[in-house]
Amino acid sequence: MIVLDGIGMTYLADSGPVEALRDIAFTVDRGELVALVGPSGCGKSTLLRIIAGLRPATAGRVAVDGRSVTRPIAAVGMVFQAPVLLKWRRIVDNVLLPAELAGLNPSEYRARAGDLLRLVGLGDFGDKLPRELSGGMQQRAALCRALLLDPPLLLMDEPFGALDAMTRDELNLELLRVWGEGSDQRKTIVFVTHSIPEAVFLADRVVVMTPRPGRVASVVPIRLPRPRTTATRASADFGALTLQIHDILSRPA
Amino acid sequence: MKVRALRRHTPSLLLFAALLVIWQLVPPVLKIREYLLPAPAAVVRAALSFSIPWHTHLWVTAIEILGGFALAGAAGVALGVAIAWSPTIARALVPFLVFVNTLPKVAVAPLFLLWLGYGILPNLLIAALIGFFPVVINTAVGLTQVDDELLDLGRAFGAPTWKVFLKIRLPNALPYVLSALKITATAAVVGAIVGEFVASQAGLGMVIVNAQTNLNTPVAFAALLWISIIGLALYGAVGLAARWWAPWADTT
Repeated sequence: MIVLDGIGMTYLADSGPVEALRDIAFTVDRGELVALVGPSGCGKSTLLRIIAGLRPATAGRVAVDGRSVTRPIAAVGMVFQAPVLLKWRRIVDNVLLPAELAGLNPSEYRARAGDLLRLVGLGDFGDKLPRELSGGMQQRAALCRALLLDPPLLLMDEPFGALDAMTRDELNLELLRVWGEGSDQRKTIVFVTHSIPEAVFLADRVVVMTPRPGRVASVVPIRLPRPRTTATRASADFGALTLQIHDILSRPA
Repeated sequence: MKVRALRRHTPSLLLFAALLVIWQLVPPVLKIREYLLPAPAAVVRAALSFSIPWHTHLWVTAIEILGGFALAGAAGVALGVAIAWSPTIARALVPFLVFVNTLPKVAVAPLFLLWLGYGILPNLLIAALIGFFPVVINTAVGLTQVDDELLDLGRAFGAPTWKVFLKIRLPNALPYVLSALKITATAAVVGAIVGEFVASQAGLGMVIVNAQTNLNTPVAFAALLWISIIGLALYGAVGLAARWWAPWADTT
């Protein structure tokens, strides 16, 4: 479980101090998928890095599973907007990178890497170089890399934002499948996006943020039935929730 | 594959052959004397003639070029790594390196001669000096142009700095270094010949200077031919190495 309490972030730019985040407080339960939506520059990505312990917040406190986050937390999988695969490594060796970085024996994870690649439909592509794969396939490989060490927490920073709409919808479904939608082995996921429909489609709750300085405007529970399918997007509830979040976002701060 | 490669090179080969033919035919027709413009046949004859100890000169110049190239590469990578490793080192080193790089190397050559005497070493150093700078810059750039997200991954998994360096930064820099080495290859040829022009007891540059005083132009052309063969061979070798070691970068 993640607890964010009064998180603030001010950094020094050339033009003076810039307040990026102010008084952010919400929780994420174990096995919950929470989406963060907000306009560009509202500090969503920064917030994700603060949760991961990669950047220190200038105010407030983050705790993951009861422990204060003061340095990079282990047992977290990260997926970014770009796949950022190592261009010189075959796909399977890219997926194995976390094992190497964590000082584990990569050969012990080879079988798992193969399983993960098969799970996302890349079973035949392990020996390819990244540039031989499409953007969507590369992002699938990046998801496998994040899942290699089976982290209980996944932090995803606009992971499908650079993909075309069809590939994005496809990968949304795939993510829910990989997440283990409906099972109690689910991972906790914090998912940053600027797409309202994507947030509604994926999340248990949507945290809506304001423009800079980023604050929590509202937390919207998404009580759409799971497993979610393509038909979910066509439901009236889906449309109503999308509209509701849209209204919150366009409300003057 | 072979046939396609041949077809790709056909236009340049044809042009080259045509130029040779014109070059061979024009001097006799226009009655241009040989010391002004020797025909290709005369140049080849001079290049293969035993009256000049070509193998000695080739050897000396090749050592200067290859030695200078190797030194430039090694020193360039070492300096680049130092610059990428610490901003303090970078701030200390870069202005100095820029200064050294702006010095005209031809003007430095007489000093090297004064300090080191005649021989291979001063010319090798000039070859190195003229070609090391691009390697420094490209090494430093290649080591630092790494996605922040990859560095985040390194930190998230608690990887020590040396491991991130070895697994992420160094391979990332490889194509940058190799493309700088292509520039260094041609620069080293210039450096070695410049050194030999200033003073030398052997080498293809010296052959050219001597041929010029004797008006033995076919020999000067022949020396030029040998120089270009060394230069092309080195450039080609670096190109092959780039394709072999950094196939993902795939620049031509």
